[in-house]
Amino acid sequence: MAYSEKVIDHYSNPKNVGTLDKSQKNVGTGLVGAPECGDVMRLQIEVDETTGIIKDAKFKTFGCGSAIASSSLATEWLKGKSVEDALKIDNMEIVEELNLPPVKIHCSVLAEDAIKAAINDFRVKNGMEALKFEESVLH
Amino acid sequence: MNMLKLPIYLDHNATTPCDPRVVETMIPYFTEHFGNSASRNHPFGWQAEEAIDYAREQIAKLIGADPKEIIFTSGATEGDNLAIKGVFDMYASKGNHIITATTEHKAVLDTCKHIEKSGGEVTYLEVNDEGMIDLQELEASIKPTTILVAIMYANNEIGAVQPVKEISRIAKKHGVLFFTDGTQAVSKIPVDVVKDGIDLMAFSAHKMYGPKGVGALYVRRKSPRVKVTAQMDGGGHERGMRSGTLNVAGIVGFGKACEIAMQDMETETKRVSVLRDKLENGLMKLEEAYVNGSREHRLPHVTNISFKYVEGEGLMMGFNKDIAVSSGSACTSASLEPSYVLKALGLGDDLAHSSLRFGLGRFTTEEQIDYTIEQVSKTVIKLREMSPLWEMYKEGVDLDKIEWAHH
Ligand SMILES: Cc1ncc(COP(=O)(O)O)c(C=O)c1O
Ligand code: FES
Repeated sequence: MAYSEKVIDHYSNPKNVGTLDKSQKNVGTGLVGAPECGDVMRLQIEVDETTGIIKDAKFKTFGCGSAIASSSLATEWLKGKSVEDALKIDNMEIVEELNLPPVKIHCSVLAEDAIKAAINDFRVKNGMEALKFEESVLH
Repeated sequence: MNMLKLPIYLDHNATTPCDPRVVETMIPYFTEHFGNSASRNHPFGWQAEEAIDYAREQIAKLIGADPKEIIFTSGATEGDNLAIKGVFDMYASKGNHIITATTEHKAVLDTCKHIEKSGGEVTYLEVNDEGMIDLQELEASIKPTTILVAIMYANNEIGAVQPVKEISRIAKKHGVLFFTDGTQAVSKIPVDVVKDGIDLMAFSAHKMYGPKGVGALYVRRKSPRVKVTAQMDGGGHERGMRSGTLNVAGIVGFGKACEIAMQDMETETKRVSVLRDKLENGLMKLEEAYVNGSREHRLPHVTNISFKYVEGEGLMMGFNKDIAVSSGSACTSASLEPSYVLKALGLGDDLAHSSLRFGLGRFTTEEQIDYTIEQVSKTVIKLREMSPLWEMYKEGVDLDKIEWAHH
């Protein structure tokens, strides 16, 4: 199966690979997936406490090219968004942007899950309740 | 430096290119000598039959068989099916129990599943961390109803070579037939049906620089005389065991491929295993890299390596427009399970997901190997920089203690 140009581009030049200091109160970390499933994604956001805007986002991913591309794209989209808007990112938007084939949809689901997990981590750290999400699509 | 031609093919366990000498031998049999070898009454048929007879000799010679013991098939999948189902049907009055192993090719395993549905009983032997079956366990599994032991000669994913001589001795001692899937071994290492005590063996032309869609089933004719029930009804070709007009050109190519293999095996094995060792040693310089399966009892041209903390498909993507290999990762397949062969060795799913199989071949050069070491190493290092697991490992986090969200 050939990859789309955009997947190849994100894979070859991933945006925002790295680690934020997870001990900071304004940093939210989401770690999703499992090594046994062949995919683990860690996505982090750094929120500006006065504006509620995500000023930085970083990822590290163990997974296929589509998973790497999905997380790279997700960090790009997160930067500059408010936390509320970030919650609206839907995995199908990632699928469309990257032209992922059906067998790779779960890689985008993982990215959406990682965003939500990072936001919840941020919320809990800052005295807010964790949001409940519908069980995402199964792998 | 010479120009390195890309892409490089290192997936010779999947298939091999046709040797140009093979293609050349085949060509006249598509046009000029197009006859049906079963046409007994004109020169077109005679010519085809002569070509088939000659190929049968070339093929038999490579495995130490008599030409009459070669039954042509469409490949090893058909050979596996015909051997197992054919013995099950033919020897139904003797028993219904078959012994095989968990690391067999799907063509064997799925055939055994079919046998179970048809009222047969199958024992699946486990393998050790090297991919080898336990001979004592094999012997202990034999019962009065056992009719067949089906254990592959060499494994397609890790190249592990089973102790075939010992297996056949045990089978013989108990009066049980021994079938082996020789697809990966024939032409790569010496295989001799007499010395190895093999009763039935499937193999395939496209794994040995011959064409796709042609193979053979060796069926012993003497001590004991083995018969299989045909699985396709028709004109009664191949001594009634496999009907269907023979693929004359393909068989001619198969014969030529066997002849070349016989001539070149010794030198080729040496050359290729030196390159394989160079590749393996080069890649093992990376941290946290593990060779999967036996390194001692192994085909000369294969190495299967797990690069921990990077996922196989993601890894291949770093170089697969230039280098063709395969991976046991689930992400490369439609199923969500990583390689069942690697799991049978006791590898954790995480290591199975991180594996690459390199299969070298007749036309592999040292330059290609140097380039591969460089590209694969570079990609592993790059992806580890991107891997959260690598970061945790480096920080001393015990990954087994993390509560992963399982799906
Ligand atoms: C061990 C083994 N058995 C059987 C087969 C199937 O062979 P064929 O492609 O000729 O049907 C293969 C090849 O994929 C193999 O490696
Ligand atoms: S991470 Fe396995 S298919 Fe994408």
